[in-house]
Amino acid sequence: MSSETKQILTTDGIPLEVSLKKAERKNKIKAFLLVAPLLLFLIITYIFPIGEMFSRSIDDKMITNMLPKTFKEMETWDGKELPPEEVFAAFYADFKVLVEKQEQGKLGQRLNKEKNGFNSITKKLLRQIKRNKIDENQSIKEQIMKVHKRWRDVEYWQAIKRTAPPYTMAKYLKGMDMYYAADGSIAQVDEDRRIHRILWLRTLEIALFVTIFCFLMGYPIAHLLATLPMKYSNLLMICVLLPFWTSLLVRTASWMILLQQQGVVNDFFVMIGLVTDDNRPEMMYNKVGTYVAMTQILLPFMVLPLYSVMKTISPSLMRAGKSLGGTPFVAFWKVYFPLTIPGIGAGCLLVFILAIGYYITPALVGGASGTLISNQIAYHMKTTLDWSFASAMGLMLLTGVLAVYWVYNKLVGVDNIKLG
Amino acid sequence: MALPSYTETRYRIWHYIYLAICTFVFFFLIAPLFVIFPLSFNAEEFLVFSEGMKNLDPDAFSLRWYHDMVYGTKNPWGLAAKNSFIIAIFATIGSIILGTLAALGLSSRHMPYKGIIMATLISPMIVPLIISGVAIFFFMAKVGLAATHTGIVLAHIILGTPFVVITVTATLSGFDHSVTRAASSLGSNPVNTFMKITLPLILPGVISGGLFAFVTSFDEVVVVLFLAGLENTTIPVQMWTGLREQLSPTILAVATCLIILSTLILISAELLRRRSERLRGINR
Repeated sequence: MSSETKQILTTDGIPLEVSLKKAERKNKIKAFLLVAPLLLFLIITYIFPIGEMFSRSIDDKMITNMLPKTFKEMETWDGKELPPEEVFAAFYADFKVLVEKQEQGKLGQRLNKEKNGFNSITKKLLRQIKRNKIDENQSIKEQIMKVHKRWRDVEYWQAIKRTAPPYTMAKYLKGMDMYYAADGSIAQVDEDRRIHRILWLRTLEIALFVTIFCFLMGYPIAHLLATLPMKYSNLLMICVLLPFWTSLLVRTASWMILLQQQGVVNDFFVMIGLVTDDNRPEMMYNKVGTYVAMTQILLPFMVLPLYSVMKTISPSLMRAGKSLGGTPFVAFWKVYFPLTIPGIGAGCLLVFILAIGYYITPALVGGASGTLISNQIAYHMKTTLDWSFASAMGLMLLTGVLAVYWVYNKLVGVDNIKLG
Repeated sequence: MALPSYTETRYRIWHYIYLAICTFVFFFLIAPLFVIFPLSFNAEEFLVFSEGMKNLDPDAFSLRWYHDMVYGTKNPWGLAAKNSFIIAIFATIGSIILGTLAALGLSSRHMPYKGIIMATLISPMIVPLIISGVAIFFFMAKVGLAATHTGIVLAHIILGTPFVVITVTATLSGFDHSVTRAASSLGSNPVNTFMKITLPLILPGVISGGLFAFVTSFDEVVVVLFLAGLENTTIPVQMWTGLREQLSPTILAVATCLIILSTLILISAELLRRRSERLRGINR
C-alpha cells in the first residue's frame, strides 16, 4: 500500500504530513530565534576569541614576513653545510629592508629565542652595514662570514631555516618543558629547569587533594542536612550558603588573618599546648594555606549536589536494609552509598574543575610553593607579555578541563546542574 | 536525630563521632567569616587581636577603619564601590534579558541541537576564569573596549548568563505550557502572553538567576584585572591590591560590609526559592 493512496489532507488540501512538518519547522525557527541573541553574542565575544587564542599560540608569521627572500632561497638548501652564496645574498637583502624599517632589533630578538647569540651578531652586522663596509659587488657570503665567527657556524643558519614555517608548536613544547633541538627533533630541557612540569603536577595534585578533602568533609554534612527535620536543616543550610554567597576575596582575607603566624589558629594551637609560643608553624604562603583555604571555599560546591541527591533517597531504604539483618554499616555501604554516587560524581567533578583553574586564592595565600598553572598564565599575560605562550598554556589547561567537562556531561548532564 | 533506645554502644559512639565531625565541618565553613567582624573594629593598625580586645576593653575597639573607608583621602573605595554597582547592575540586566530569552528557547521541545547549544551557553561557567579572562581581553583589546566600563559590563554578561540560563530553565521545567496555549486561544498575542502569563510565573527563577549574575559580576576579579584601567577599578580589584600590598584593617571594614550584603542576598535568594517552589507546586 503506497502512501499516496492513504494520504490525509488538511482543509487547505495540503497533505497533513507536509503541513505538520511546516508547523514543526516554524516552531524550530521560533525556538532558535530566542536562543540566537545569546548564542551569537557568546560566539562573537567568547568562543571566537578562544579560537583566536589558538591561532595566536601557534602563530610565527612575524619572522616569515621579515625574511621572505631568505626562506625562498633556503628551500633548495639541504641544511647540512653552510648555505650557498644566494642564501647569504637574500638574507642580506631582507636584512637591509628591515634596517630601513628599523625592525632589525625584532629579528635579532626573535632569532635569539631560537638560538642564543643571534642578538649580538645581528647588531654587529647592522654596524657593518651602517658604516658601508659591505660591498654589494663582491661575494656577500664572504663578507658576512667575516662579521662574526658565528655567521660561519652552520647551526645558526639551521636555526634561521627552522623559523621558516608560519606556524610553530614551540610554545606548546615550552609549556611541557621541551624544545626543538638543532636538528629539528624534540628535546627535553635540563632536569633542573623543568619548571612547567612541576607546575602542571602541582596543579593536578592540589586540585585532586582539594577534591578529596571536600568530599570527606562534604559527605557527612550533606547527609546530616538531608536527614535532619526541615526546620533544623534549613538553619544549618545557612552555614553552607552564606560562604557560598560571600565574596571570594573576603573569604581569602579571613583565611589570611586566621593562618598568619600571630593569627587565631596559631593562638589556639599555643593555647592548647600543641606548639610553643616562639615556635609557631608557618601555615600561610605555602601549600597548607592553599589546601585549607581552597577546601573551605569550594566545599559548598560539593555539599549542594550531594544534598540534592541525598534528599531524594527515602529513609525507609536504610531501615529495610537494617531490618533484613544488615548492621548499620552494611546497610549504609550496600544501600545508601551506591545511591549517592551520582551526587558524588557531580560534586567531585565540579570541585575538581573549579580547583584546577584556581587563581586568586593560591596567589594570595599560596606563596611560591602554592603557585599554580593559572598564576603562570597571568604572569606571562601581564609581566613577560609573552601572549602566545600564555595562550598556549591556557589552551592546554582548557583541553584538560573540557575533557573533565565532557565526562561530567556524560555522567550528570549539564542541564542537571543545580544552584542553591 | 535521636537514636532509638535499642542502639548498641559502638554505634552510639560512632553516631556521636559523626555528629562531632559535622559540627567541626560547619564550624570550619562559617567561622572564618566571623573573624572579620571583631577585627574590623580594631583600634590598632594590626590584623591581630590585641590584648585589649581579648579583655573586651572598650578602648581597644573603634570605628576608625570604617571612617577611613568612607572619608579616607587615599582610599579609592568610593570610586570602586560606584564602579562595582554600575557594572554589576548593567551586567545583571544584560544577563537577565539574554539568558531568559535563551532559556525560553531551550525549554521549547522543538529546539534543535539542544545538547550542544546548552553546553556552549554554559561554557563560561566551566572554562577556568583565567582562560576566559585572556580570551575576553584579546577580544576587547581588538574592538577597543579594553579599560572601559562597557567592556567590563560585556565581559560580565558573558560570565553571568549561564546562571540565568540554568535557573530559568529549571523554573521552566515545571512550567505548564497549556496556560500559554490557553492565553493564545483566548486571543492574546505572544508578547502579551509572555508579559502577563509566562513572566510572572517564571519571575522567581529570573530574579534568582539575576542575583547569581549580580554576585558573579560584583565579586569577579580575574577578568577585571585584565580589562580594567585605573578609572574602572572595582571593589574586588581594590581588595586584591590591598591584600597583596598593604594589608590594612580598612579592607576588613569593607569585607564586613560585603558580608552584610551577601547575607541580604542570601535571604532574598532563599525567599525566592521557596516562593518558586510554592508556585510550581500549585501549577503541578
